[in-house]
Amino acid sequence: MSTATATARRTGRGSGRGAGRGPGRWLADHLVLVLGLLVLVYMTVPVLVVMLMSFNDPASRNSYSFDGFTLANWTDVCGPYQLCESLVTSLQIGLLATLGATLLGTLMAFAMVRHRFRGRSAANLLIFLPMATPEVVMGSSLLALFVNVGVAGFLGFWTILVAHVLFCLSFVVVTVKARLAGLDPRLEQAAMDLYANEWQTFWRISFPLVFPGILGAALLSFSLSFDDFIITNLNAGQEVTFPMFVWGAAQRGIPPQINVVGTIMFLVAMSVVLVGELGSRRRAGR
Amino acid sequence: MAGPLRTAEPSAPPPAPGGRRGGLSGYLLLLPGGVWLALFFVVPTATLVATSLYDPSGSLQLGYRMTGHVQNYADSLQDYAPQLVRSFVYAGTATLACVVLGFPLAYAIAFKAGRWKNLMLVAVIAPFFTSFLVRTLSWQYILGDNEALVSFLRAVRVLGEDGHLLATPFAVVTGLTYNFLPFMVLPLYASLEKIDHRFLEAAADLYSSPFTAFRTVTLPLAMPGLVAGTLLTFIPSAGDYINSELLGNPQTRMVGNEIQDLFAAGDYPTASALSVTLMAAIVLLVFVYVRRSGTEELV
Repeated sequence: MSTATATARRTGRGSGRGAGRGPGRWLADHLVLVLGLLVLVYMTVPVLVVMLMSFNDPASRNSYSFDGFTLANWTDVCGPYQLCESLVTSLQIGLLATLGATLLGTLMAFAMVRHRFRGRSAANLLIFLPMATPEVVMGSSLLALFVNVGVAGFLGFWTILVAHVLFCLSFVVVTVKARLAGLDPRLEQAAMDLYANEWQTFWRISFPLVFPGILGAALLSFSLSFDDFIITNLNAGQEVTFPMFVWGAAQRGIPPQINVVGTIMFLVAMSVVLVGELGSRRRAGR
Repeated sequence: MAGPLRTAEPSAPPPAPGGRRGGLSGYLLLLPGGVWLALFFVVPTATLVATSLYDPSGSLQLGYRMTGHVQNYADSLQDYAPQLVRSFVYAGTATLACVVLGFPLAYAIAFKAGRWKNLMLVAVIAPFFTSFLVRTLSWQYILGDNEALVSFLRAVRVLGEDGHLLATPFAVVTGLTYNFLPFMVLPLYASLEKIDHRFLEAAADLYSSPFTAFRTVTLPLAMPGLVAGTLLTFIPSAGDYINSELLGNPQTRMVGNEIQDLFAAGDYPTASALSVTLMAAIVLLVFVYVRRSGTEELV
């Protein structure tokens, strides 16, 4: 069918507007692709620079240039004071925030999709608003709260964790909701018809089907938490997360090791994506 | 990333099987997350507004007094209006640049990439795989005075003999554009990808030129993605201070820099007033924009 319409279109245009549009059309088609690829280059170059700079041997603390090749940064990642401590802090906060946000968010997503109740639109608004709030406003609101209830002296690990669960929560709800909404409710009804109780229906039917969405939400939460700077910086007190370490280092002269960490993060995340993609392809192939 | 805006519209719940899904268990599931959002989002926002009205002569050590000091707003605007305006100019420029760069890319992925589609999509989100700050810092190298880009631009006389890119408004906007471009590309792609090709064929059959077909068919159908993308790039850009701090100079400071510094300095009332002003300005702009673009059901 599409060939037929394509032919019709071609002849239609050919007779209507004369010949010579073919090459122009070809160029137009490929122009978009070329432009798109150029934009992708713009998006990719900084990551390549991070990889390159992980092998840099800077001539001075304030050098931004590639001064020489060395493997020393890779063998001495923890060299700069506090770098690895900050990484451990970020990992701990990331894992706990992911756990909290994924749990609370998944429950909310089930409520929003599978249950009728009054106040749905208010709940929707409450979930949507944090995503539409600039980080600096959200961070300063939390700080204002912490100061007003008198915990200004206790800013640190726990206040960062509270903030991270908060800003991850909405993204979890949205991600899990999208997966749940695409799920046929008749599967659950069928299980109930076959005398499964609510508990069995949930664990045997709903949960396995929604699990990819929950996993995606958890990965998203972890990367949001691990990468956050603006909200964390306002509520961290004396605690130092990895982004805060980088920020501090940027004021004093950047140790090339942060590029090693950046490269490792990139490679780990890329492997997770590739493994996931391969896994889903194999499942689809079966 | 299209998710936040598109799924925020209330989707009709599927028929409740067996009547078991009444209100009560729904509320129970909603409760823990709802309490979290209420305690750490709604209450803090109210606290921020309250703090913006405190007597500015107080301090963290001595305590603040609530005096309904509306003057804080006038004072903060008087001192920081340029930074506020600059934030919106930079964020607007970066958003526009994201549209200009993001549209061809999203279009290419949706219609021209063929079997490279998935690879290109992974390349779009790949920047997220490394730290925001680390990759923003890498622009210090790319735009640096002694590097290839500046040398080239000087050689072709786009830049003067001693012209430079780093520590200029251009560098800040470049960084903002780079950092938030995926948030434009992904919703745009999601909208474009759903377009039925037969609409375009019908347009061509009815003697529309490719340009007319693009303007009257593709563009209107891509509007939801475009609106979502502009919001997802504009809002975080307007509040960002990382790019301005790492790639700019003292004359490129944005309102985020000032809010952060005021909080760090302990001037909570002024900082809060400025923060509330930023939020109010964004809400107003978004409201007008969504109204005018005729896609109210998005938010």
